[in-house]
Amino acid sequence: MTFHDALFLILATASAVSALGVVVSSSIIRSAIWLLFMLMGVSGLYFFLGAEFLGAAQLIVYVGGTMVLVVFGGMLTTRGPFDHVPVGLVGWVLGGGLSLALFALLVQASLSFVSHPRTDTALPGTGPLGLTLLGVPETPGQTAYLLPFEIVSIHLLVVLIAAAYLARAKRRPTSTHPEADHG
Amino acid sequence: MIDFLSEYLPNGLAILLAALLAAAVIVGFMGVSALLLIWGERKISGRIQDRLGPTRVGPFGLLQSLADGIKLIAKEDTTPAAADATLFRLAPYLAFCATFIAFIALPAAPNVIAVDLSIGVFFVLAVLSSEVFGVLLAGYASGSKWSIYGGLREAAQVVSYEVPRSLCVLVPVVLAGTLNLTAMSQQQIGYFWNWNLFHDPFTFVAFFIFFTTATASCKRAPFDLAEAESELVAGFHTEYSGIRWSYFFMAEYGSMFAVSGLAAILFLGGWHTGFLPFEPVERWGLWMGSLFDVLVFIGKGYLLVFVMMWMRWTLPRLRIDQVMMTCLKYFLPISCVLLLGVCLWQLLVSPRVGEAVRYILAGSVTLGGIVVGLQLLRPIPNTAPAGELPGVWARPTSKL
Amino acid sequence: MVEFGFPAFLVLSAFLFACGLTCLATKRNAIGILMGVELILNAANLNFVAAARFVPTFRLEGQVFAVLVIVLAAAEAAVALAIFLNFYNNHATVNVENATDLKG
Repeated sequence: MTFHDALFLILATASAVSALGVVVSSSIIRSAIWLLFMLMGVSGLYFFLGAEFLGAAQLIVYVGGTMVLVVFGGMLTTRGPFDHVPVGLVGWVLGGGLSLALFALLVQASLSFVSHPRTDTALPGTGPLGLTLLGVPETPGQTAYLLPFEIVSIHLLVVLIAAAYLARAKRRPTSTHPEADHG
Repeated sequence: MIDFLSEYLPNGLAILLAALLAAAVIVGFMGVSALLLIWGERKISGRIQDRLGPTRVGPFGLLQSLADGIKLIAKEDTTPAAADATLFRLAPYLAFCATFIAFIALPAAPNVIAVDLSIGVFFVLAVLSSEVFGVLLAGYASGSKWSIYGGLREAAQVVSYEVPRSLCVLVPVVLAGTLNLTAMSQQQIGYFWNWNLFHDPFTFVAFFIFFTTATASCKRAPFDLAEAESELVAGFHTEYSGIRWSYFFMAEYGSMFAVSGLAAILFLGGWHTGFLPFEPVERWGLWMGSLFDVLVFIGKGYLLVFVMMWMRWTLPRLRIDQVMMTCLKYFLPISCVLLLGVCLWQLLVSPRVGEAVRYILAGSVTLGGIVVGLQLLRPIPNTAPAGELPGVWARPTSKL
Repeated sequence: MVEFGFPAFLVLSAFLFACGLTCLATKRNAIGILMGVELILNAANLNFVAAARFVPTFRLEGQVFAVLVIVLAAAEAAVALAIFLNFYNNHATVNVENATDLKG
């Protein structure tokens, strides 16, 4: 076993175990912490694959941004300290069975792929990535991705406005607590 | 390093050994640096408050933090009965690891870096922003209302301050055209007017905004709402004791140094002194030159950390709404304007004008520094009669 | 000894996808469901990046799509959380079983 394989095994096991932890734990904050480790493991896999920009983007967007918001949301909406929501047996059987079937199908499909040999040439870095998003193809004749980039930008703007609108301070006329009106 | 080791060992073992060595150096530096900085913090706070600070343990009280460290290790490591024990135990390590990983991509001199990532700046920012998780988790898992208030405040504050901080980091990145920290530092070679700080008015302002937002993201006063001891007992670390408590502080001092080092590389020329007319590596050989570079870099980092401490003991703490307002209503628009401004500057301003502005900025800052320094060094005339205090403490001579 | 290549990444990503799907199916907490979605998106993203590494014609495309997915996932999480907090404001719970206001 080479060093690379050992590294892959460690990272993959960590991600897989954490993903399982997200499913199994009944407390929402614990799920979030497992998800955090899963995201870190996947980010490690990106670095392992040589996609450094994506690894760092995964860290800054998910770990630094999204997960903080998710934990924040989880804390704001639990009904007591260390709230647990257990899952019934029927849920486990149905959900687990469905997922297991799908997993088996996907494994079968992915094992039928012809494995390309791992090439050690570096992946295109931040420069080519940025240029192709701005509509300059890496080599003439290749596709560039200006339109998706613009659509995503507009989408982000829409989301920004929508989130601000949804989260704005609202006046509740039926409120019985006048001092709780800041929500 | 890996090449050197793999002459003697199989490749995998060589990588492992090099990684272990780098990790040991970084942990050692973080530990020693935390000891020194805590001593420095106590000395500085003492001087600012007209006290002496620690004096008893060792020369100038230097061993005080070591003694405190031994006390903390020996202390009982308690977990409150109301806490979520696993998460409670996990939280300090999360905070510590985040800071530790940031040091991996921080170069102290050419080639003195654990991993020279092509996206170094981005990586350091990303990792430092995940330190908040340790604090948030500590706040939640403690099962105490003071802790959870501290954790929630910290989360809101750090997520908001991350945005202007990243925008300010983009300003020197636009100048450098690379995300590699080593390359960015090498571009500021030579005299100090080549530093990014003096490149144009926008970078000059960006440095101060970056430094302030970095202070806020390290939860240092005046932004230390997460541990506001006048309101929240001790905030997120109320329930912690012993060695776990000290991990939080190693993380805090480590991230203070990490953001200071980042500021030094991005704006203050990295490991270049700015006044030596030669390169230390060329004149004094690789080892001595590199050592000198590392010392210069650490010195710049410590200087910025000193400024943070100075701010902490001078300014009163803000309220949480004031903290958020400062970020969202002022820093965010300002940093957007700075980013646009520096792009336009790169596109529109001719090199001649740019050079002139660079000299004017550097010259006026130097001049200002000299004037302020002379003012500070001028002795205060001791006009008070014997047995009374001089200066502002002198008995007022008004005719009331 | 087997070399871990493209199929290994595909299997890992399939596992993450299955975990995400189980989350979607079993969790009754809206934030738990959001986490399931994040798991599924990460599984897809891992496939893109692995393709960028192992399939020569995807070297750039894989990364581009992964960036787009990360951005869209962040946007989705922001809006979803805003909706959940509003829902919590109105119903004092984030259990999706209680979201029956529009049922005829």
